[in-house]
Amino acid sequence: MSAESATYPAAGRPDRGKPILPNGVLGMLVFIFTEIMFFSGLISAHTIVKSQAAGQMWPPYGQPRLPIEETALNSLALLVSGIVLVFTWFTFKRDPNQARIPLLLSIILGSIFVGFQGAEWVALLAEGLTMQSSSYGGFFYLIVGSHGIHAVGALAALMWTYDRLNKDVLRSTQLATVSAFWYFVVLVWPILYWQVYL
Amino acid sequence: MADTVADVQQHEAHGHVDHHHEQSWVSKYVFSVDHKIIALQYLFTGMFMGIIGGYMAYVFRMQLAFPGISVPGFGQVSPGEYNALITNHGSIMIFWVAMPVLIAAFGNFLIPLMIGADDMVFPRINRLSFQVFFVSSVVLLLSLFVEGGGFGGAWTSYPPLSASGDYNQTELGATLWLLAVALEFVAFLLGGINFITTLMNSRAPGMRAYDIPLVCWMIVIASILFMLSVGPLLAGAVMLLFDQVLNTGFYDPARGGDPILWQHLFWFFGHPEVYVVLLPAIGITVEVMATFARKKIFGYKMVLYTAVATGVLSFFVWAHHQFVAGIDPRMANVFTITTLLISVPIAEMLFVMIATLYGGSITLTTPMLWALSFMAEFLIGGVTGIFLGASGADIYFHDTYFVLAHFHYTFFPIAIIGTFCAFTYWFPKMFGRMMNDTLGKIHFWGTIIPFNFIFIPLFVLGMGGQHRRIYNFQHFPDIAGPEYFQLRQIATIALLVMLAFQLVFFYNVIVSWMKGEKAGKNPWKANTLEWTTESPPPHGNWPVDELPTVYRGPYEYGHPDREEDYWPQNLPG
Repeated sequence: MSAESATYPAAGRPDRGKPILPNGVLGMLVFIFTEIMFFSGLISAHTIVKSQAAGQMWPPYGQPRLPIEETALNSLALLVSGIVLVFTWFTFKRDPNQARIPLLLSIILGSIFVGFQGAEWVALLAEGLTMQSSSYGGFFYLIVGSHGIHAVGALAALMWTYDRLNKDVLRSTQLATVSAFWYFVVLVWPILYWQVYL
Repeated sequence: MADTVADVQQHEAHGHVDHHHEQSWVSKYVFSVDHKIIALQYLFTGMFMGIIGGYMAYVFRMQLAFPGISVPGFGQVSPGEYNALITNHGSIMIFWVAMPVLIAAFGNFLIPLMIGADDMVFPRINRLSFQVFFVSSVVLLLSLFVEGGGFGGAWTSYPPLSASGDYNQTELGATLWLLAVALEFVAFLLGGINFITTLMNSRAPGMRAYDIPLVCWMIVIASILFMLSVGPLLAGAVMLLFDQVLNTGFYDPARGGDPILWQHLFWFFGHPEVYVVLLPAIGITVEVMATFARKKIFGYKMVLYTAVATGVLSFFVWAHHQFVAGIDPRMANVFTITTLLISVPIAEMLFVMIATLYGGSITLTTPMLWALSFMAEFLIGGVTGIFLGASGADIYFHDTYFVLAHFHYTFFPIAIIGTFCAFTYWFPKMFGRMMNDTLGKIHFWGTIIPFNFIFIPLFVLGMGGQHRRIYNFQHFPDIAGPEYFQLRQIATIALLVMLAFQLVFFYNVIVSWMKGEKAGKNPWKANTLEWTTESPPPHGNWPVDELPTVYRGPYEYGHPDREEDYWPQNLPG
């Protein structure tokens, strides 16, 4: 091994390379990969049980049908909320003060989604779809409920950023980190909707 | 976004200067955010759990060799207790010893020190990680003492046995066990985020991707594997928990569920998990070998790339655990091929170790002995794995003592030899004093020789058709001839000898910690950055204005142009 290859040329050294992503966003992305695998686990379990259903009946006989159209409309609120948050990000980069209204709008749209999902659950429970009534009901509440818990957590985090924005102490890394999680919640939903409802 | 990054880093740097004030004992050692203290917390919790796991092995091995006797220190073992002991021995040794010690303890201690950072990027998440882990340990230990006793459905926890208290008779124990495992995963999730982000963003100026010591790479690759594989298991665990607590039917075939589903979700995590603990152990071994062979690693990039290849392949081998579970035989063919394939990168790493040793000036210190024995013992574990990976042979070997001996030949080198190797090598850095080498060698031989006497007889028993998880072989006269009893007794006596020799280790640790020779900064004359600071390193690792800068790779030993045979990474020119 010659000296040249053992030691790098002195030029350009030492330098600390610029991180590709800030710590918070990178950490959140790693977490989101785990979350994607978590939901893949749920979806694959659901697909396997669905494909083995007695007589290929899915939903099973005697179980209520899921409200496909209402939920589609509700999903739209969630998607718009995600788009508004993208808009919020660019506004924040330009002028943090103007970002308040789009951020609030995004939170409200997200809350509408969670609220309607809750109302839908109450209706379905009344119609006799429970976690114990069938594996169909079990998977419905498990998958949609997991997503709901993530949505509530993400909304709480968004409210925290809104609070910090109001106090003028919000850093862009914080907004980016929380937004990344909300984008995950928004983008995973169409897949869950397709798998569970359709 | 560049301005923001600079802002944050500046902010964090300032925040750190503020930390240098006197702290009370509790805030310094119990609620610390310092990565070195958290590492020691993980290390000692892991060792404590290791003692409990070892005690469990002692109790059930005594029952196997001398059925029905009153085991000294435990009493008579009932069938339920026997099941709880083997289940929790497995769970503890994998989730509460191998993972916290190899990944969490050494990852926390080594990554910031080896890449020249003052701490992890998320110190408070790091503290939370240990706290969650600690709670999970307490929950697991509690589960042994609740009504009905500890969970006895094996560490794989297959439903329907695990899904209902009616079947396993340990309703509360099973739920607490599952809860403890889930909490433990959350702890490592938090730790893993920290390791990956720290390695990506906090390296010393000048440290490029191929200047990172291999052990850091290995721990981070292991963390990535863990993060990618744990999701499906968590999903499965939530379903199992609901089956236990809410009486759902996810794994109940009578209600449209599927018990095999759990096996898929479990082993999708369970097999990558083997490599999650293996890779850090290989990283430690390689690090120690380079130092004590005074030679550059043969093929740094090869080790790195084969580790990545192992990681990718490890996601496609899980169903080799299910050859007799009624899976499609065509699927069994596919998984046989992938399983045999994964031995190629692992063999490559062993060849790299041999090539590193070849022509080196080897010093047989205690850590080096551990590293060499890792290679030898793991090789036996790997080679016997070929038999089990081949679906034809596995149908005979499945669930026999052959399987048990095989995975102990892999996990013992990983979790025990790897830990002792790392502990004896980095002990001077952790505590500032040298360990006694003679006592270390007595402990080494007193562990390695009995280890082989425990598990080689078990290979023979397994090939004779003796099954695992049987409480008393006298109930099965066909497979319990007198020659088998003798082999079981040899294994148990060897275990007693091995456990007795661990006292030498604890004595050595205490004496060396109190009265050992002062280590100085760099007792092994090694190159990596952790040896450039005080032993033990101060809070912040280096003085704030003296953080190291990196000029070359970590394994420049025996360079012809230099008088000294080592060349630390931080020396210019």
